[in-house]
Amino acid sequence: MSLENLKAAEDKLAQIVKRYPNKRSALMPALYLGQEAVGYVSAEVISWVATKIGVSSAEVKEVATFYTMYQQKPVGKYHLQVCRTLSCHLAGAKPLVNFLKEKLAVDAHQVTADGLFSYEEVECLGSCGTGPVVQINDVYFERMDSEKLASLLERIKTELPDLRYSTLKDELGVGLADMPRSQLVNLKEGKHGAS
Amino acid sequence: MAHHKILTENVHYADQHEIGRYEERGGYQAIRRILNSDPLSIMEEVKTSGLRGRGGAGFPTGMKWSFVPRNTGKPIYLLCNADESEPGTFKDRLLLERDSHLLLEGMMIAAYALGSHWTAIYIRGEYAHPAACLAKAINEAYQRGYLGQGIFGSDYGLDIVLHRGAGAYICGEETGLIESLEGYRGQPRLKPPFPAVVGLYDCPTVVNNVETLAALPWIIKNGAAAYAQIGTEKSKGTKLMSVSGHVKNPGVYEIDLGYPLLDFINNECGGVREGHSLKAVIAGGSSVPVLRADELAGVLLDYESLKTAGTMLGSGGMIVLDDSTDMVEVVANLQHFYSHESCGQCTPCREGGHWVEKVVKRIYEGQGFPTDLMLLDSVCSQIAGHTICPFGDALVTPVLSFIKKFRNEFDEKIMAALDRHLV
Ligand SMILES: Cc1cc2nc3c(=O)[nH]c(=O)nc-3n(C[C@H](O)[C@H](O)[C@H](O)COP(=O)(O)O)c2cc1C
Ligand code: SF4
Ligand code: FES
Repeated sequence: MSLENLKAAEDKLAQIVKRYPNKRSALMPALYLGQEAVGYVSAEVISWVATKIGVSSAEVKEVATFYTMYQQKPVGKYHLQVCRTLSCHLAGAKPLVNFLKEKLAVDAHQVTADGLFSYEEVECLGSCGTGPVVQINDVYFERMDSEKLASLLERIKTELPDLRYSTLKDELGVGLADMPRSQLVNLKEGKHGAS
Repeated sequence: MAHHKILTENVHYADQHEIGRYEERGGYQAIRRILNSDPLSIMEEVKTSGLRGRGGAGFPTGMKWSFVPRNTGKPIYLLCNADESEPGTFKDRLLLERDSHLLLEGMMIAAYALGSHWTAIYIRGEYAHPAACLAKAINEAYQRGYLGQGIFGSDYGLDIVLHRGAGAYICGEETGLIESLEGYRGQPRLKPPFPAVVGLYDCPTVVNNVETLAALPWIIKNGAAAYAQIGTEKSKGTKLMSVSGHVKNPGVYEIDLGYPLLDFINNECGGVREGHSLKAVIAGGSSVPVLRADELAGVLLDYESLKTAGTMLGSGGMIVLDDSTDMVEVVANLQHFYSHESCGQCTPCREGGHWVEKVVKRIYEGQGFPTDLMLLDSVCSQIAGHTICPFGDALVTPVLSFIKKFRNEFDEKIMAALDRHLV
C-alpha cells in the first residue's frame, strides 16, 4: 500500500524538482510527499527520498530528524498539537494538554488503541492573539478550551473525517484556499488593523 | 490618532485574495509602472523611503540591496522570509492569508530592482492555510502572465517558488533559512561572508521579511517621499504590531512608527483586562528585553525610542502582562522554548540553553538554591557573544532581563525554597 503511494508521488516530485535551480532543494518537499504517502517518515520513505534526490540515506535521515514536522513514528489519524508557548500558556494551554491526557488516556506522542488520536505540545504556532491554539493535522483551531476541544473530538470523526488542507495532494494546496480556517468551531475573527 | 494603512488597507475584504479583486483595488499597478525603468533607480527610491527591515533587525532595506554585487556572472536570489516563529509574532500571517498578491507584487518589485529572476518564499511548515492562499495566488499570477517568462508582457522573467519549512524556529535566521532551502538542516552559517555576497547556492542573495516586501507597492505608487513623511526621523513608515497576552483586544494593528506605547495599549488594544493593572510589556517578540510598567511613560513605538528604553522593536510581537502574572513562570515557559529551538551547532547555546531552562524551572517549582541567580548569570555570560548566530543572545535575554526587572519574584521563590531546605 505505502509503496504504491510512494510510486504515485513520483510524478509530483519530478514536477517539484524542476522548480529549483538545484535538485537537493527538493529534499524537504520530498520528505513531505513521503510522509503524506506513508503516514510518517519510515525507513522506506528515507530510502525513497535518498534515491530520488540522489544522496545517501544517512543524509536524508540527518535532515528529517532536524525538523519537528517530520514524524519519526506513526501518529494518530488526528494528530493534535497544542501550543505551549507564552501567549497560549497565559490563555490556558495547560488545561488542554491535561484534558487530552485524561480523555485519550495516552501520553504525548502515543497513539490511542483505535489509531485515531495522538497529541503533543509544540512551540508558538503564530496564532498568539487567538490562543490557546490547537493544530489538528494541519488545521488550526483557535481560542480553544476543554469544552470546545471535547466536542471537536466527537464531531471530527463524522463531520470532517479527512481533516487536512492536503497541501501536498495537489500543487501545495491549490483549490483549498477557500476552505474556511475552521469548519467545526465558529471563531470570532481577531481584530485586524487599527481603526 | 489616525494611522496610515499601507499594509492593511484591504485585509478586511474577504475576496482580496482573488487576483481580480486585488487588481480592481489598485493592485499590480506599481510593478507595471516600473518594468521599463532602471532597476537601480528603484533601489534608490527604496533607500529614500527610509524603509527598514521588519523581520526584527530593522536594517535599511535599500542599503541591504546595495550590498549585492551585480557583476559576478552568478544569478542573484531574492528570498522572502515567511518563517514567522518568534513567540508573540503573528503579523505576517495576516498578510499571507488576506492579501497574498500584495506580497507577490512586493517581491516582483524587489526582484526587478535586484535583477533577480528566481525567488522563493520560505514559509513555516505549520502555516498550511497561509501556504494554500499563497499557492493559489502564485498560480493565478502565472496564469495571467504576471509570473514566468516576460512578466506583464515585458522581457523580464521571474519565478516565485513556495517552499515550506518543517518546524524549526532557527530557519527564520537568514542563513539557517538558506541552508534549509538548500535541503540541509537549518543550521546558521558563520558571517561574514554575508548572504548578499555568498548566499543561496553560494550566489548573491537578499533575504527580506514579508512585511518589508509588502510595503514596496505602496512606496512605488505613492513615492518614497510620501512614505518618508510617515513616522519619525529615523523610523519611517508604518509597522504591524501583533499583540497578545492580557489585553482586551489582541490582534494585528498597523501603526505609524513613533506612536506612544501606552496609548497603543490603552487606546487601540483596549487596555489590560478588567480589574487588572499593567505589569510589564515585551514589546517586540520574546527575544527582546522586558519593560516594567513604570518604565513605559514616554516610550514610543519606534526603533530609536525602544532602544533608548533598553529594548527593541524586533518583530513587533508585543506580549502584554498584567498584575496576575508570575514572572518566574513566564521565564520558565520561554526558556523551554529557547532550549528546544537551539540548532545544536554551538556548545554554549546547545548545553547552556538546557542549563538555563533547568535552573529556572527548579526556581519556579520551589526547588531553587540561593546561588542559582549567580549560576544563571555565569552560564548566560558564557553563551551571549560566543555563538555562531544571534540566537545565543536571544536565549539569554528573557532570563537576564526578567531577573533584572523582577528580581524580587525570583528571590522570594528561592527564599521560600530555602525555608523548605532547612526543615
Ligand atoms: C534566531 C532568529 C530568528 C529569526 N526569525 C525570523 C523570522 O521568523 N522572520 C523574519 O522575517 N526574520 C527573522 N529573523 C531575521 C532574519 O535573520 C533576517 O534578518 C530578516 O529576515 C531580514 O529581513 P528584513 O531585512 O526584511 O527584516 C530571525 C533572526 C534570528 C537571529
Ligand atoms: S547560537 Fe544556537 S541556534 Fe545559533 S548557530 Fe549556535 S547553536 Fe545554532
Ligand atoms: S504562543 Fe501559541 S501561537 Fe504563539
